[in-house]
Amino acid sequence: MRNSLHRFDVKASPYFYISPFFILFGLLGLFPLLYTAWVSLHEWSLLEEARPYIGLENYTELLKDPFFWNALGNTISIWVLSTVPQLILALLLAHVLNSRLRGETFWRTGLLLPNITSVVAVAIIFGQLFSRDYGIVNWILGLFGGGHIDWNAGTATSHVAISAMVIWRWTGYNALIYLAAMQAVPDSMHEAAIIDGASSMQRLRKITIPSIRPTIIFTVIVSTIGGLQILAEPLLFGRGSLTGGSDRQFQTLALYLYENGFGHFDFGYASATAWLMFLIIAFIAAINFLFIRLIRRG
Amino acid sequence: MGKLERIRKRPLVYLTLIAFMFFSTFPLYWSVVVASMDNSALGRVPPPLVPGSHLFENIKRVFDTVPFGLAMANSLVVSAVITFSVVLFATLAGFAFAKLRFRGRPMLYVAVIVTMMVPTQLGIIPLYLIMAEAQLIDTLYAVIAPSLVSAFGVFFMTQYLSGAVPTELLEAGRADGCTTLRLFWHVVLPIARPAAAVLGMLTFMTAWNDFFWPLVVLTPENPTVQISLSTLASGYITDYALTLTGTALATMPLIVVFALLGKHVISGIMQGAIKG
Repeated sequence: MRNSLHRFDVKASPYFYISPFFILFGLLGLFPLLYTAWVSLHEWSLLEEARPYIGLENYTELLKDPFFWNALGNTISIWVLSTVPQLILALLLAHVLNSRLRGETFWRTGLLLPNITSVVAVAIIFGQLFSRDYGIVNWILGLFGGGHIDWNAGTATSHVAISAMVIWRWTGYNALIYLAAMQAVPDSMHEAAIIDGASSMQRLRKITIPSIRPTIIFTVIVSTIGGLQILAEPLLFGRGSLTGGSDRQFQTLALYLYENGFGHFDFGYASATAWLMFLIIAFIAAINFLFIRLIRRG
Repeated sequence: MGKLERIRKRPLVYLTLIAFMFFSTFPLYWSVVVASMDNSALGRVPPPLVPGSHLFENIKRVFDTVPFGLAMANSLVVSAVITFSVVLFATLAGFAFAKLRFRGRPMLYVAVIVTMMVPTQLGIIPLYLIMAEAQLIDTLYAVIAPSLVSAFGVFFMTQYLSGAVPTELLEAGRADGCTTLRLFWHVVLPIARPAAAVLGMLTFMTAWNDFFWPLVVLTPENPTVQISLSTLASGYITDYALTLTGTALATMPLIVVFALLGKHVISGIMQGAIKG
């Protein structure tokens, strides 16, 4: 009897221990995501009782919807403007941090501060920094003879301001991730290069970057998945407007999804937006992955 | 002398770091400056760069404009419950994945890692429908429920425990007739403590800063801190002094905690990175 109890304990316990994760994730993470596809096939409004099945109509409508394409363009523009400088800066910063430093913890703590600041706080602070009349950015530009820019009003300017928020919040974090990977590169490789007279930048390009390539791929994919879902920054930069500016000049896909779902309560259309976003994210992440692998071969 | 010499040798390194440091701290400093100003002072040229004397007045205005005390309390409850749950379930699952043998283990672990990449935020419409069906809209339950477990947490604890818990110790315990639960309680949990603390801090910060989902299910009358901030920041006219006072108030507790315990958070992020 004791023996069989013991056997049951050994055999069944592991499943009990992992089940809370799988049950809760399945119920409140995976299921809603999959159910989104089902909702997207219906004319599903929160305001109406009937929810007729309409096949792919939401999708065909979405593909003809100029606001959708506008949001997709904005999202990609903001994503590129924020991710590329962010990861390059992070690499440089990590390279600088990857040497014998005084006050290691001090630097690292300071550089991670932006990341523990909430997205909402970042968006509010930068909204002020970039404000037309009282913003420090315009004041500095003015010192160099620049005019007063209405950052909110233009497409390019608003994208730059929003990207600045993302860059500010994530550069230090990514630098730490790179630093962790760089510390795994044997010192002997760097020492040999120094003896051969390689400069710091040459070592970064020829030794460090090739050795931490998997980590770079990881950060590119994570920033892709996060960057394409950007919502809080444009929402708050537009002072809570769901359209992302008066001409939708900085409305992102996630914001458009939010507008459809909780502005118009058109759940079917919002779900179609969400599901297309999912496909786009998966597609771009896969392209990133292949592209980086191609570079490695070449 | 030795110190000076070393700094002089690599001025570029320190200059670069100081520049990065300036950019990463200035916006936070600026939020405090604006928070201590009268709105009229913000129009000055050049802009005021040192704090003024209106901080307490502005704080009072924040509490008069939005239910900020309730928001703080709500955020605290939400973040604490989520942290406890994530750490508990991650440690349990991490123990199983790291140290127990069972059929399907490799496949299930791969599933955990894949789910880290899944943009679950996109399931927001059905999640809202579920919460509406359960009559949980506008309650903290709705905010908490989707965050009760985290794939990253399971991954993080599995990585830590597979290195930190000696397998012989578990085998010895088994030979003495310990049940799995006793092993978890008396052997694994004490060893897991440092990693659990790091995961706890990371989780707490994420929960405290979460915005999208609380925005969907809560109202400005029963908000979390981030929702109150967005209420302050919305509308046609922005009262910058008011808005940034709220921002500073909401951010400072986290910054103080981070300044004290940041070392562990940083090492946690870096450990997660290496193994990832």
